[in-house]
Amino acid sequence: MSDTLHTQHESVSHSLHAGDHHVHAHHKETFITKYIFSQDHKTISKQFLITGIVWAIIGGLFSVLFRLQLGFPDQQFPILETLFGQWAEGGRIKPDFYYAIVTMHGTVLIFFVLTQGLSGTFSNLLIPLQVGARDMASPMMNMLSYWFFFVASIVMVASLFLQTGPASGGWTVYPPLSALAQASPGSKAGMDYWIISMALFVISSLLGNLNYIATILNMRTKGMSMTRVPLTIWAFLFTAILGALSFPVLLSGLILLMFDRHAGTSFYLSDIFIAGAALPNEGGNAILYQHLFWFLGHPEVYIIILPTMGIVSEVMSVNARKPIFGYIAMVFSLCAICVLAFLVWAHHMFVSGLNPFLGSVFVLLTLLIAIPSAIKVFNWLTTLWRGNLRFTPGMLFSIGFVSVFISGGLTGIWLGNSTIDIHLHDTMFNIAHFHLVMGVAAFLGMFAGIYHWFPKMFGRYMNNTLAYIHFWVTMIGAYLIFWPMHYQGFAGMPRRYLDKSSWVSFNQFNDLDAMISVVTIIVFAVQLMFVFNFFYSIYKGKRVRTLNPWNANTLEWTTPIKPGHGNWEGEIPEVHRWAYDYSKDGRDFIPQTEPIGENESSH
Amino acid sequence: MHTFLIIAILLLGFIITFQIARATELVSIIQGEERTRKQSNRINAVLLLVFLIVGLFGVYWTHHTLGDKILKFGTSASDHGIKVDKMMTYTLIATGVVFVITQVLLFWYSFKYRERDDRKAYYFPHNNKLEMIWTVVPAIVLTILISFGLVYWYQITGAAPENAATVEIVGSQFKWEYRYPGKDGVLGKKSYKLIDEAKDNPLGLIWEDAAAQDDIVSGGPMYLVVNKPVRLVIGAKDVIHSVGLPHFRLKMDAVPGTPTTLWFTPIKTTKDMIKETGNENFVFEIACDQMCGNGHTGMRGEIMVVTQEEYDQWMATQKPQYLTAVVENQAPPAAAPVADSTAANGADSAATTAPDSTSTK
Repeated sequence: MSDTLHTQHESVSHSLHAGDHHVHAHHKETFITKYIFSQDHKTISKQFLITGIVWAIIGGLFSVLFRLQLGFPDQQFPILETLFGQWAEGGRIKPDFYYAIVTMHGTVLIFFVLTQGLSGTFSNLLIPLQVGARDMASPMMNMLSYWFFFVASIVMVASLFLQTGPASGGWTVYPPLSALAQASPGSKAGMDYWIISMALFVISSLLGNLNYIATILNMRTKGMSMTRVPLTIWAFLFTAILGALSFPVLLSGLILLMFDRHAGTSFYLSDIFIAGAALPNEGGNAILYQHLFWFLGHPEVYIIILPTMGIVSEVMSVNARKPIFGYIAMVFSLCAICVLAFLVWAHHMFVSGLNPFLGSVFVLLTLLIAIPSAIKVFNWLTTLWRGNLRFTPGMLFSIGFVSVFISGGLTGIWLGNSTIDIHLHDTMFNIAHFHLVMGVAAFLGMFAGIYHWFPKMFGRYMNNTLAYIHFWVTMIGAYLIFWPMHYQGFAGMPRRYLDKSSWVSFNQFNDLDAMISVVTIIVFAVQLMFVFNFFYSIYKGKRVRTLNPWNANTLEWTTPIKPGHGNWEGEIPEVHRWAYDYSKDGRDFIPQTEPIGENESSH
Repeated sequence: MHTFLIIAILLLGFIITFQIARATELVSIIQGEERTRKQSNRINAVLLLVFLIVGLFGVYWTHHTLGDKILKFGTSASDHGIKVDKMMTYTLIATGVVFVITQVLLFWYSFKYRERDDRKAYYFPHNNKLEMIWTVVPAIVLTILISFGLVYWYQITGAAPENAATVEIVGSQFKWEYRYPGKDGVLGKKSYKLIDEAKDNPLGLIWEDAAAQDDIVSGGPMYLVVNKPVRLVIGAKDVIHSVGLPHFRLKMDAVPGTPTTLWFTPIKTTKDMIKETGNENFVFEIACDQMCGNGHTGMRGEIMVVTQEEYDQWMATQKPQYLTAVVENQAPPAAAPVADSTAANGADSAATTAPDSTSTK
């Protein structure tokens, strides 16, 4: 029976243009409008996801390259010279190359993968499907958002092929290093490409975020009050607000940087003597850039982690067969994180010469964030308590997310305390902290989302065995890579050092670095296996045969297996309850569309 | 050749894994998908428990093996560092307890409440009392940590004591330079526009300023007196650098155009540290902690912490930069550019020639 249902839906979605009564019926869909300049949020979501995957491979590959250097500084790898020519003469990574790939690794993974790759995928896919809308508030803007992102990507990729290399001043591109071409080869043309690419990126993000906010606020189906939307939606809403308010500040900072680079202004420059000459610039302040940058930079880490918090809450609840514990507390903690995210930026600048009093205010506000974060963790733990847990790949990645989020979050209490930060700032401890809490955690959350909603996206399942291997290797690998780095940080080992052999204080970790590098390569290989599984399963995966494969409550599972543009055939369903009635009154699950029964207990 | 072998092996391993994965999927269809699902559910539940146990042991083991290699808490070489170490110890205890409790609960619950046919999940949407507890308890713990932290923070960043020595440290791509104020104890004025290596004025001192004329400029190492507070005046010529002092647990950025300061009291001499670490090559290192360009890794400075006696001896061998830059460069028209270290104690005579040096501007 489910087979016939399936083929029926398929034929319906294929014949959408033929005169179905809803949405875009008058459009004749061609290959270009359907797959390239598509305005269907589901297609755009796939575009973001696949572009994000390509970027993640590039960003991950860079980390493998610089881990080769860090793990085996004396070794020669002739293949590197074969592949990268002058950048790796004699099979060794040159400093220019090292700093270029370190910078690109950060830029690519933070912005292109974990911001737009993540939000672009899941906000686009889930907002209309879960609030009950046929598409985004403005499908056109949505399409533009992707294509600005694409052009930004092209510009960034192009910078990799410049003679002088891409930007290489670290992903934060602090001036004066990034403002002065004399300071570093990466501050020549590569830096201009970086700024242009990021400007396009900010436009893309703004178009997307305004759209997400408008859709969530205005286009919820009948009965879908804000207290009934799944936590994913709340998470996407706060993420979009953060992005819409903070990215423009980055843009303004970058515009000033562009002026300093090419128009002779002195926003960030003062008293500089470089390459044997004194520059005329006076009166600028290099720290101003840091304020502008971190005003985005800090919300940015929440832009990365909030969507995955939403995804994890949803996936965990479904697979624990229990309501998420403390829905309202979860919403308020998301809100608190969103507000506080704007008030903590200067904790990245405790040792920049910041006024100590100002520093202490930021210590206070920073450690306040630990409270909503703690609430979330305890609520996830309670959601697992007395559940009936199904370890689907999505569920495993969600559990992994919580584990890694705890590990990385707790070290935030170290770094947020300015006294300790004096010692640990810009050391490997910091690297370990943010990679666990927003790098690995966000990736695990993203994987949870991909495995969970893959059936909705492509009407097929991913291979479970490969998924389990993927989870365990990634989880174990992440801890092996980043846990020992804390100890390098205790020793004061600075980040962005490519060879520690000349340092008395830091040359004691050679075996450790080699181990970390080997594990990195293995973990990267397993990610490639995930990518293979992803693309293979799109075409060859096991078919989804039921409408609601996970027995979930949310609206996206009331759409056809392969929904067409417009999502629902006929009326959009009406919603009568929140999304978390699992195991209530002896029933395994009660979809949101089911009216409240007469004898039903209230929650 | 090696590389290709490795790639070939990786590819082969991948193909095998994939074939196994595909086979298990086919087997699951034959066996019954529900049965396979329950089986893998049990396996994963057990693995989660194993991960917890092995993981906690790994955490202990890592601390055991690396704990000796790192700068152990309580081995700091400065007074401020002792406070930082204390703060780290308190935080380690607080976060360590939370870490173990939450990770154990996470994986133990995962194992214990794995899916079973005879189990029904418990409908438990919220509980105000519980939520209040885990809002208030972290808030209290954090308040305690913040209080300790801020007390130390103000002590460390507060004003340096009256008797503190002053040393200037200036970063540029990719080296550190140092300036001592000389007998008057005051660093003379400088201007970045006067920086000129050829005229032996690497820091751009203004020779008209009498306070600058006895300043000693050195390429290192930096000499400090044990148990005597020192105030570092930190600057940069070109891009942002950062004075990282791992053994003193301190750090402060060097920002062009915006001088910063940092004070501390070294409490161990270099010799003490050689004895303590058993490493005869030991030296206090200054590590640049802020990405400053392609030579960032090599931006290394050294600090010699010595007794007052040794310091005085060393200082006696130094001579003011003014002598090298102005007096000697002007005296013979041919100008011998290299400093003559025999004219060690000429600071006073140098001062008398000061008015002549206006031409340097």
